[in-house]
Amino acid sequence: MTQSHRIPGKGLIDRSRPVRFSFDGRPYEGFAGDTLASALLANGVRLMARSFKYHRPRGVLTAGPEEPNALVEVFEGEQKTPNMRATVQEVFTGLRAQSQNRWPSLRHDLMAVNDRFARFLAAGFYYKTFMWPAAFWERVYEPAIRRAAGLGALSGQPDEGRYEQAFAFCDLLVIGAGPAGLMAALSAGRAGADVILAEADARMGGRLLADQPTVADRPGPDWASQVLGELAAMPNVRLMPRTTVTGAYDGGTWGALERVGLHLADPGALPRECFWRIVARRAILAAGALERPIAHPDNDRPGVMLVSAVQSYVARHGIDPGRVVVFGNNDSALQAARVLTAQGVRIAGYVDPREDVAVVEDFPVYPGAAVTGTRGRLGLRDVAVRHKGGVSLIEAETLALSGGWNPTLHLACHLGGRPDWDAGLAAFVPRAGMVPSMTVAGAARGQFSTAACLADGLAAAKAALSDLGLKPGTDTAPAAEDRPYTIAPFWAVDAGGRAWLDFANDVTTKDVQLSAQEGFSAVEHMKRYTTQGMAPDQGKTSNVTALAVLAEATGQGIAQTGTTTFRPPFMPVSIGAMGAGGRGMGFAPRRLATSDGQSRDMGAPMIEAGLWYRPSYFPRANEVTWRQSCDREVTMVRSSVAVCDVSTLGKIDVQGPDAERFLDFLYTNAMASLKPGRTRYGLMLREDGHVMDDGTCARLGQDHFVITTTTAAAGQVMRHMDFVQQAFCANWAVRFASVTEHWAQFAVAGPKARELVNKILQTPVDERNFPFMACGPACILGVQGRLFRISFSGELGYELAVPARYGADLFARLVREAEGMGGGAYGMEALNVLRIEKGFITHAEIHGRVTAFDIGMAGMISARKDCIGKAASRRPGLTGAEREQLVGLMPIEPQAAISAGAHLYDKDAPATREHNQGYVTSVGYSPTLQSWLGLGFLRNGRARHGEIVRLVDGLRGIKVACRVVHPVFHDPEGGKLRG
Amino acid sequence: MRISCPCCGPRDRREFTYLGAAAYLDRPDPDAPAPEWDAYLHLRDNPAGRTRDLWYHDACGSWIVVTRDTVTHAVLAAEALA
Amino acid sequence: MRYSGFRVFAQGLTGNRGWRPAWRKPAPRDAYDVVIIGGGGHGLATAWYLAKNHGITNVAVLEKGYLGSGNIGRNTTIVRANYFLPGNSEFYSHSLKLWEGLERALNYNVMHSRRGLINLFHSDAQRDAFARRGNAMLAQGDDAVLLNRADVRRMLPYLDFEQARFPIHGGLYHPRGGTARHDAVAWGYARAADRRGVDLIENCEVTGIDVENGRVTGVQTSRGPIRARQVALVAAGRSSQVAAMAGMRLPIESHVLQAFVTEGLKPVIDHVISFGMGHFYISQSDKGGLVFGGDLDFHASYGARGNLPMAEHVMEAGMTLMPMIGRARVLRSWGGIMDMSPDGSPIIDRTHIDGLFVNCGWNYGGFKAVPASGWCLAHLVATGQPHPVAARFRLDRFATGHLLDEEGTGSQHNLH
Repeated sequence: MTQSHRIPGKGLIDRSRPVRFSFDGRPYEGFAGDTLASALLANGVRLMARSFKYHRPRGVLTAGPEEPNALVEVFEGEQKTPNMRATVQEVFTGLRAQSQNRWPSLRHDLMAVNDRFARFLAAGFYYKTFMWPAAFWERVYEPAIRRAAGLGALSGQPDEGRYEQAFAFCDLLVIGAGPAGLMAALSAGRAGADVILAEADARMGGRLLADQPTVADRPGPDWASQVLGELAAMPNVRLMPRTTVTGAYDGGTWGALERVGLHLADPGALPRECFWRIVARRAILAAGALERPIAHPDNDRPGVMLVSAVQSYVARHGIDPGRVVVFGNNDSALQAARVLTAQGVRIAGYVDPREDVAVVEDFPVYPGAAVTGTRGRLGLRDVAVRHKGGVSLIEAETLALSGGWNPTLHLACHLGGRPDWDAGLAAFVPRAGMVPSMTVAGAARGQFSTAACLADGLAAAKAALSDLGLKPGTDTAPAAEDRPYTIAPFWAVDAGGRAWLDFANDVTTKDVQLSAQEGFSAVEHMKRYTTQGMAPDQGKTSNVTALAVLAEATGQGIAQTGTTTFRPPFMPVSIGAMGAGGRGMGFAPRRLATSDGQSRDMGAPMIEAGLWYRPSYFPRANEVTWRQSCDREVTMVRSSVAVCDVSTLGKIDVQGPDAERFLDFLYTNAMASLKPGRTRYGLMLREDGHVMDDGTCARLGQDHFVITTTTAAAGQVMRHMDFVQQAFCANWAVRFASVTEHWAQFAVAGPKARELVNKILQTPVDERNFPFMACGPACILGVQGRLFRISFSGELGYELAVPARYGADLFARLVREAEGMGGGAYGMEALNVLRIEKGFITHAEIHGRVTAFDIGMAGMISARKDCIGKAASRRPGLTGAEREQLVGLMPIEPQAAISAGAHLYDKDAPATREHNQGYVTSVGYSPTLQSWLGLGFLRNGRARHGEIVRLVDGLRGIKVACRVVHPVFHDPEGGKLRG
Repeated sequence: MRISCPCCGPRDRREFTYLGAAAYLDRPDPDAPAPEWDAYLHLRDNPAGRTRDLWYHDACGSWIVVTRDTVTHAVLAAEALA
Repeated sequence: MRYSGFRVFAQGLTGNRGWRPAWRKPAPRDAYDVVIIGGGGHGLATAWYLAKNHGITNVAVLEKGYLGSGNIGRNTTIVRANYFLPGNSEFYSHSLKLWEGLERALNYNVMHSRRGLINLFHSDAQRDAFARRGNAMLAQGDDAVLLNRADVRRMLPYLDFEQARFPIHGGLYHPRGGTARHDAVAWGYARAADRRGVDLIENCEVTGIDVENGRVTGVQTSRGPIRARQVALVAAGRSSQVAAMAGMRLPIESHVLQAFVTEGLKPVIDHVISFGMGHFYISQSDKGGLVFGGDLDFHASYGARGNLPMAEHVMEAGMTLMPMIGRARVLRSWGGIMDMSPDGSPIIDRTHIDGLFVNCGWNYGGFKAVPASGWCLAHLVATGQPHPVAARFRLDRFATGHLLDEEGTGSQHNLH
């Protein structure tokens, strides 16, 4: 394809580097430096998209990221990205793009029939219909609406693209690299500040590139290049092109999205995008301003653009726009017409509603005039102009609109500040101090001449430097274009027909007027009722005009009407970039015990518990189901000996003369009375009187304890202990630290447990020198470790702890020895059955709504001392017969499977909420008792042992009669435990 | 949001865990009447504006009383509990 | 003016010039039987049910901004009845039933869509906890289905079943769960209440509550004093400030909850999906935007805007659960101010002041509650008796220990 619409020699593109790309399957050629939009325009392609609601043919309105129309899908191999702005996407060889929201093709879109029925599809019509018949909403109407709505499509395939998140820190963040931003960065950089200059465009320079004003007696782009050269050479300045600052957050934190690899044919290892969190001591918002169109009938055809966009395409990309009609209400539009003329563009007419506009130009001028319509189905053909002499039809390929400029103040409003209406500029301008660490400079605060922007950027930099305690240099702003900007507010042409405000969402002036007519006259009501400003472009080119139309309809002024709320992100940010690193295993850290490798080698499926991975069971060759392995492992513990890694339990080392006092305050039961060398079960409450956690407390010395927590609650308990100590007893002599990772700890349980541990202990233990609940130092295979005589299985049990670096070896040795004795390793499934048989609780039971009373441990709340949670546990609702209390459940038919999560009912009661008596928390099949066993909570349960209740699990179709029993099923006297 | 940990210096919000109003430091006497405990545990001034509340710096284990504004999110002061 | 497809057609033919305001904009009168402070979803629903169920129409709803300017227009639009504690079950069940007839009751299409809600689980312990919940839903007479991994894969093939940090074991499916168009709910109730004669007064900020001899007598407002025999505080997000005008301290802490919406996309997610391990939930609006959210920012706030750590966490959760959304772009984020209560459940009750009622503490579950909340508060105001399905939402339950703590996280406000 030839690039038929290029002006020879013009533009900042690199004509020595042609690139080949495709759009809707057709090959095209452009140049390095082109966006997809400019490259398509160069090839005479004006039709690029269809609109959201009416499927109107659309081209480009803008030359920047605020584009409402030209959204396309871009392919990377099999991956597809919807809603990419053709005005931002840079072309490269191999780029594949296609239009979206059309069927079967962009030129012939059958959904365009909606446009014929537009009168029935006015704002909010769907709230008034689709209600009959009732069932049709979900079955017919809604699916049809959903299919019709939406723009681009996701591929449905996992996003395999690479993304990154990163932090950056600086003294000064300068947002926008136009004249104000460049001047600010230059001055701050020269003064020695750490500066980040972030610019959304691929090329820095802002309007200097498109308007090409004279700066310091040079063309604007040349001055920009020189400044950028100096900035690039400064080690304290970081230039970040292709980086959009997306949000202002608290404390001088900014979000920013960098397009890292999206413009490269082969990005290699580069990510597609990087989401930056920039922490800046000061910031200067120099984001410029956005031009806005004028609403006139049929102002949305391909070929209708903003004046600034036409300028940009001509100056930056050498695009020939054909014959251009300019419709503007301000001096910058008129000046643009002059500049374009000088560049060889044919201005077919300059139309301005102002009466006093000069008429002596090198092109026809229509003062006191307005555009009242356009024609051209898939591209602009002619423009109807109503002027003093009547209505003329002017043939044109491009209609350039300018309703004035809106300062790009979005970021200034992200912390909740509201801008002021400046009647002179007919625009909202930021107030000072809206973001505490930020000043706004240049066009972003309504300074529209190049000279004013340069001076304002310099002044902002000097102020920031002074705030930073740095000495500003003696820079002065260079001389530059300094034309005044005047504007006569003019928003919409009243000439019948539909005049578009929000091109992207197909909102017209009629929609806004209807909204006001129906009482949706608050600006937020109008927005929500019409969807004005809620499309991908966030109404950047249309919101102000829409609320001006609203203000006119309601008779209130624009200042009284106010704006909608500005919220991050300033430009849409991909979920992939902001969620970089989250995919797959990256979402949360993994904690691995020292036995992890060996457990996996043994074939154990690993399950997650509090970020840790723990073996579920250790399958053997002849075992087909997990139940077979689990039953065997339980039986090993009950009949010989088996080993389990319990290192994941939280371990906290507590030391100091006041340690016992501190623990007494934390635990419900007394720990001060614990003798050195002894261990005690402990219960902790939250201050609200409910059980927080349980564990063991071992007194290794007079002033030295090691306590354990459950795996899941370790972090919560540590934080709680830090709080209690720092808040309530900061002057006590006690210190503690988490040592969970420092020690590997293994349970050895079963009748032969002592036999096994004595094989590896330097000093053998017996019942006398190391009785039940003893603890102390031990030499384990030559390593100084710790030994505890505690058990979570109800069998004779020991726990051996060694420094973590010896954990893997000790586990291997213990398992080998156990296997030699008819035992082996056991996993979480067996551990769970063993503890259910003994009625030991886990967080399945202490789930946060349970009190010590509920689990039968009210007696553990010592009457002789205060403890956390004691006072609140006395509330009347937390004790008594109405409470659901921990019970054991045994099916009358022992082999009848029961399920956790089932509910309990009286034997003959229906399974409805009104009759609910409780629920089941844990179940397991006990090979020891040859029966299913359950733990659960039953209303007044402790008084109901022996009763038969009905267990109902409607989800799984289980209904089983169970006998209520004491929760300790196995060895209730504890003889085995004590050895 | 950034908070200056008295121990570690200014850090990002993501390093901290929030507990609630600083009133949580005023633990009633163990035998105080039930309404006093109810107020302590549940009732809050909940100001729209300046408040003092409790934060935990996960990285160093410090509990911090932060004086800040609940509307502007400005952090005005941060003092260690102990 | 009754809305219908025919009316839309007829108006279309005549240039849509005949549509009337959805509600009047009356000036406040001197006195009303009932004044409702707060023109959000709950306040408007209360007004409608006072009028419809109890014939009480001498009612004013006072709103300091525009109607529906609070959380009714700032949420993720999820409607469900999947609670498990008695006290909550019957209330949300009642609410869902009201949702199911809301379009016809209000003559307004609130786009209630029972597209099904799936709560994913990732371990046996979570499965059992969800089983308990599902069985409670069945016992309440609502619907629940326990899905295994294969079921979930069939319904949601785009989830990452291969390598997610928290492998998907299954889900609890609530077929009648779904979404609705949030703003339309406020507008629908407003229009319906207005048609019954309720005065909806916008831009009217309450500045004081008048109490004489332990009895409420009216309110002071930015538009002058208004006498009232009964006053209901329905001002979630500002409950503490309004209650303070009556000298009350509430068990409420205000927190910000962020939510996000992407650019419009063709239909790709047909259900509401909740990923508890990542505190992430998502659905797709009828307009095509992916609507999703996560947990609180966790610090007390009236800022109505969030910070990056939670925003990033939410996106990360989305990427680990359903990496197909990586290329969708977040268009807007917003923050709603949540009344966080010490047990995660709401309060609909009388106060110690005669004639003064309070409706607050909806945590982040207020949207789906709107119909039943309005129904039950109207019942309480009209009859003086709590409605049976809201009888446990008492103000004194924290003092007495009769808690409704679904999360089991205890009295710390921000953990619910």
